Amino acid sequence: MYGRGLRPLSIATVLALIGAFSLVFFYAPNDADQGFVQKIFYVHVPMAIVALGGFVFGAIMAIQHLRTGDRRYDMRSYVAIHLSIILGLGVLVTGSIWARASWGHWWVWDEPTLVSFLIVFLLFSCYQPLRFSIEDPERQARYASVFAITAGAFVPLNFLAVRLAQAYTHPRVLGTTGGDMPGSMRVTFLLSLVAMALLFTTLGKYEMASKHAGQQLRALRARLAAQATAR
Amino acid sequence: MSPARALLAKDLRAELRARQSVPAMALFSVTAFVIFHFGLDRATIEGDLASGVLWVTVLLAALLGINRLFVAEEEEGGFDGFLLAPVDRTAMLVAKAAALLLYLLLVELVAIPAFALLLLGPGLGQALPELLAVVLLVDVGIAAVGTLVAALAVHARARELLVPLLALPLLLPVLIGAARATTPLLLATGAEPVPGRWLGVLGLYDMVFGLLAYALFDFLLED
Repeated sequence: MYGRGLRPLSIATVLALIGAFSLVFFYAPNDADQGFVQKIFYVHVPMAIVALGGFVFGAIMAIQHLRTGDRRYDMRSYVAIHLSIILGLGVLVTGSIWARASWGHWWVWDEPTLVSFLIVFLLFSCYQPLRFSIEDPERQARYASVFAITAGAFVPLNFLAVRLAQAYTHPRVLGTTGGDMPGSMRVTFLLSLVAMALLFTTLGKYEMASKHAGQQLRALRARLAAQATAR
Repeated sequence: MSPARALLAKDLRAELRARQSVPAMALFSVTAFVIFHFGLDRATIEGDLASGVLWVTVLLAALLGINRLFVAEEEEGGFDGFLLAPVDRTAMLVAKAAALLLYLLLVELVAIPAFALLLLGPGLGQALPELLAVVLLVDVGIAAVGTLVAALAVHARARELLVPLLALPLLLPVLIGAARATTPLLLATGAEPVPGRWLGVLGLYDMVFGLLAYALFDFLLED
C-alpha cells in the first residue's frame, strides 16, 4: 500500500538531484564577492526550507491525528519530524561552513535565521526522547502529537523574537535569499529546492512503507503463533 | 466552589503543608545569585548583564516548580480521581497554571529583593512599576508553557530530564523578551523606559501559548 509509486518517485528524485547538482556546478555563475563557496547556498537554503516545511507538516499531521484518532496520521507526523531533524543537522553543518567561509567564523550570533533554526532544531530534538520514554503506545502517539503541535506553533513566534532581538542592534537590509538573484541562479535554486523536496518525500515514503511492512509482519507473526498454540 | 478553585485550593493546601516547591525555588534562586557572583567575579552588575542574570535565574528556578507540578497527581492517583469527577477537564489546566503563577510570584517576591541586595548595582526603586509589568507578563507565559510541559512529561520515564529539555527552548522567546525589556530598567546611569515592542512580544507569546495549552490540554488527560 505504501510501496505504490515508490520506483518512479525514486527515479524522479535521482534525476532531479543530478540535474540540480549539474546546474549548480556547470551553469550557475560564481558569486561576485563570495566566489565558489557561495554554491553551498544551493544545498543549505533548500534543505532549511524543506526541514522547516517538514516540521510544519508534522504539526499539521499531528492536528489531524488528534482530530480523527487515526494512527496513520501519527505515523506521518513522526516520519516527517524524524526526517526534518536529520535535514536540520545538515542545515546547521552547511550553515556553519558557509558562515566560516564568508564571515570568517564558524558560528555567528547576529544571523537571526541561523540562530532561530538552532533553537527550533534543539526543541524538535526532544521529540524522540519524549516519545520513546512513554510506554503505552496509544498515549505515546497522543502525547507526541501534542508536542508536535506546540513545537509547530513555536516556530513562527521564535523567528519573530530572535529577529527582533537582532534588529535591535543590526538592521537588516536584505532578506536571506539575497533579494534579487540573476535568472540563472534563480533557476538553479528552484531546481535544487524541488530536488530536495522530492528527496524528502521519497525518504518519507520509504520509511512509511518500511514501518507499515514491519507492523504487518508483527501482526502475521502473532497470528501464526496463535495458530500454532491452538493446534 | 468551582472545580478549578477547588483544585487550586487543594494544591495550595498541599504546598502549605508539605512546602515542597516554593521554598526550594526561592532557595535555589538565592544560591544562583551567589554562584553568579563567583562565576562572573563581579561585586555588582547592571544593565544587560543584570537583567540576563535575573531572568536566567528565574527561568531555572521555575523549572524546579514545573518538575514537581503534577507529581502528586501521578503518584497518588489524583488524575484518576479527577477524571472520574463530572467536571470540565480545563479546570485542571486553569488550577495548575494558577498554582504555578502564584508560586512564581512568591519566589520573585524573595528573589528580586535578594538580587537587588546581593548583586544589583543601581537601585530598583523608580523602576519598580515597570518591572512589575514585565514580571507579570513573563510569569503568565511560564505558567502556561510550564503547565503544558509538566503534563506532557509526567507519564514519561525520564521525567526530570525531559522537563528542562522541553521547557528551555520553548521558553527562549520569553527569556529574550524579558531580558531585553528589563535591560533599560537596570542601567547604571538610571532607569530608562521599557521598549514597548518587547512587552508586545511577551503579550503575544502569553496569548498564543495560553490558547494552545487550552486547546491541547484535554488530550493529555484522556484515558
